[in-house]
Amino acid sequence: MKHLISAGDLSRDEALLILDTAEELARVSERSIKKLPTLRGRTVVNLFFEDSTRTRISFEAAAKRLSADVINFSAKGSSVSKGESLKDTALTLEAMGADAVVIRHGASGAPHRLANWVRGSVLNAGDGTHEHPTQALLDAFSMRQRLGRLDGLKVAIVGDILHSRVARSNVLLLSTLGAEVTLVAPPTLLPVSVERWPCQVSYDLDAVLPKADVVMMLRVQLERMNAAYFPSAREYSRRYGLDRDRFAKLHDDAIVMHPGPMNRGMEISAEVADSPRSTIVEQVGNGVTVRMAALYLLIGGENQ
Amino acid sequence: MIVIRNARILGGEPRDILIANGLISEIGAGLGGDTVIEADGLIALPGLVDLHTHLREPGREDAETVETGTRAAAMGGFTAVHAMANTSPVADTAGVVEQVWRRGQEAGHCDVHPVGAVTSGLEGKHLAELGAMADSQARVRVFSDDGKCVSDAVLMRRALEYVKAFDGVVAQHAQEPRLTEGAQLNEGEVSGRLGLTGWPAVAEEAIIARDCLLAAHVGSRLHVCHVSTAGSVEIIRWAKSKGWNVTAEVTPHHLLLTDSCAEASPVGPYNPIYKVNPPLRTQEDVTALREALADGTIDCVATDHAPHPVEDKETEWAAAAMGMIGLETALSVVQEAMVETGLLDWAGVADRMSVRPARIGRLAGQGLPLEPGSPANITLYDPAVRTPVDPTAMVSRSRNTPYEGLTLPGRVVATLLRGRPTVLDGKLV
Repeated sequence: MKHLISAGDLSRDEALLILDTAEELARVSERSIKKLPTLRGRTVVNLFFEDSTRTRISFEAAAKRLSADVINFSAKGSSVSKGESLKDTALTLEAMGADAVVIRHGASGAPHRLANWVRGSVLNAGDGTHEHPTQALLDAFSMRQRLGRLDGLKVAIVGDILHSRVARSNVLLLSTLGAEVTLVAPPTLLPVSVERWPCQVSYDLDAVLPKADVVMMLRVQLERMNAAYFPSAREYSRRYGLDRDRFAKLHDDAIVMHPGPMNRGMEISAEVADSPRSTIVEQVGNGVTVRMAALYLLIGGENQ
Repeated sequence: MIVIRNARILGGEPRDILIANGLISEIGAGLGGDTVIEADGLIALPGLVDLHTHLREPGREDAETVETGTRAAAMGGFTAVHAMANTSPVADTAGVVEQVWRRGQEAGHCDVHPVGAVTSGLEGKHLAELGAMADSQARVRVFSDDGKCVSDAVLMRRALEYVKAFDGVVAQHAQEPRLTEGAQLNEGEVSGRLGLTGWPAVAEEAIIARDCLLAAHVGSRLHVCHVSTAGSVEIIRWAKSKGWNVTAEVTPHHLLLTDSCAEASPVGPYNPIYKVNPPLRTQEDVTALREALADGTIDCVATDHAPHPVEDKETEWAAAAMGMIGLETALSVVQEAMVETGLLDWAGVADRMSVRPARIGRLAGQGLPLEPGSPANITLYDPAVRTPVDPTAMVSRSRNTPYEGLTLPGRVVATLLRGRPTVLDGKLV
């Protein structure tokens, strides 16, 4: 593995290696001294063109726990806001000797483009409406931790699939790992060719819930309403929100996930989000360990 | 007097072509002249005519100029190009079209026929002074807001009606604006996977259907720019079957490339070298376009040569400019897509790349058969070679060719404009 740009690039063995490595590293997080010397002398750049404090601090914590030097580069107030191109930013980072560049960008495919211009590893921390592979890895990690397996697991992903990088990465990774994914959304929020994705599709959340082992609720942005993807927040919530009544339809071991940030009362009710069967908080913690594993496997080798 | 020896006119038996005073004076065997162009094994075609070229002057001389763009045209075997109106300032007045026309005359590499904007500033609000452009020295007959669609149905109707007064044609860039807000790539399997905002085929097809109906209603002439979908082909076939005066063009890139280039290509995924308007479509669309060009439903090939400087393409996909250059590779791509596949013979290529575009543009001296009395607009082409496409070897000021990494057949050896060589031995004269 040179880069981690798409969850679809990972073989089953590679994906499992990341999850198993994360499991080992998780034990470190339980120690009082959480730091490992593994990436000492390596430089990790967090290149964030979109505001995402959660993802950035997660990568930052992961790199620091492995003793890497971390440079945070956010687009606001930097040369980027003065019109510097992605390429010139990349060449600047290259000149600074970045071993890994963690990029969050509003344009789909920006990490692929970046990989042409830097020698270091590129980690995709979310690109436009394309992918967010470390989110999928931490989701898979959380599922395996709670339910003990991924093979044959029935996962419902509910919400704005069309614009969701989390959904794309999860469909690719989970199908590689043997889980059965069903996407649930109003037809307007599904890509036109979704039937060719390696998953099932449904418009009917109530029909899917009783069979699901995992329900992953996606954030629905209110601006979609203005673009006529759905008539109103209330109607969306009634048809696709996970409220108490729907929650009751889940079988007893099923878990509820959300990549955050949540719209409480929109796609998920507060009591569901805060229930013991919600993994939302542990997803955050797992994010750090999975990202440690990814960084370690990408730039922890002898030849770097 | 120039004699071209042993040229295979439209791929036929070798003949000599004698040229005097800019005209073809004789075709036969063993002809002599002061200057001899040996054309053993070369195919002679009437000089190619492009209905759709962006020369970028005035305004974006960093991307292309009339001088550099017409050099590229000559190198590609063209003797006439139509310069699109989306310059800065827009070619929406007699003054601007005359300037472009004059720059073409001065450059001398091929004829430059400016296209006039349909609406002032391409803003889609008021008709530009179409009559003034038609009556100017540039004698504009093709009007287009290309780059933008004349989406207002009333304005389109009026434009179609108005240009009848001077036998003009409205060349529509068919793109329903609301259906394509922020659109990046053909809406389908690839756009869904790549997370790029989809550009649905229906956005093109709906406008073409409407415009065909409008053209029929007012009895006017419609030309459809860069047809890119199988559905558009069906609509145009239907309109033609009704006897309506509708013509259409297809670009070389839509005959060869698909949206899968955005995902997997010799130059990596998400490379905006493949970003173009209309977007590259699917293999089914490519097949339908080739068949439509072969059966005449689509009248002609037009390059939509769209030069952009490097910095406008060396970006993330969404930030990149739309368009690709195509003058220097057009004939090779048509050979690859249409001739090698048996869909067109060389007479068919001449018809689709010279005769019909000249007729649509109402160019009197272009697209005429290679016979005594015709102006000596001639392209000599070697179909036997295959060479890798080298962007750095092109004479266009820009390098945004989508064919880098491909090996394409054929090479333009010589181009003659009214008997005067503009290209000889594959080099500019």
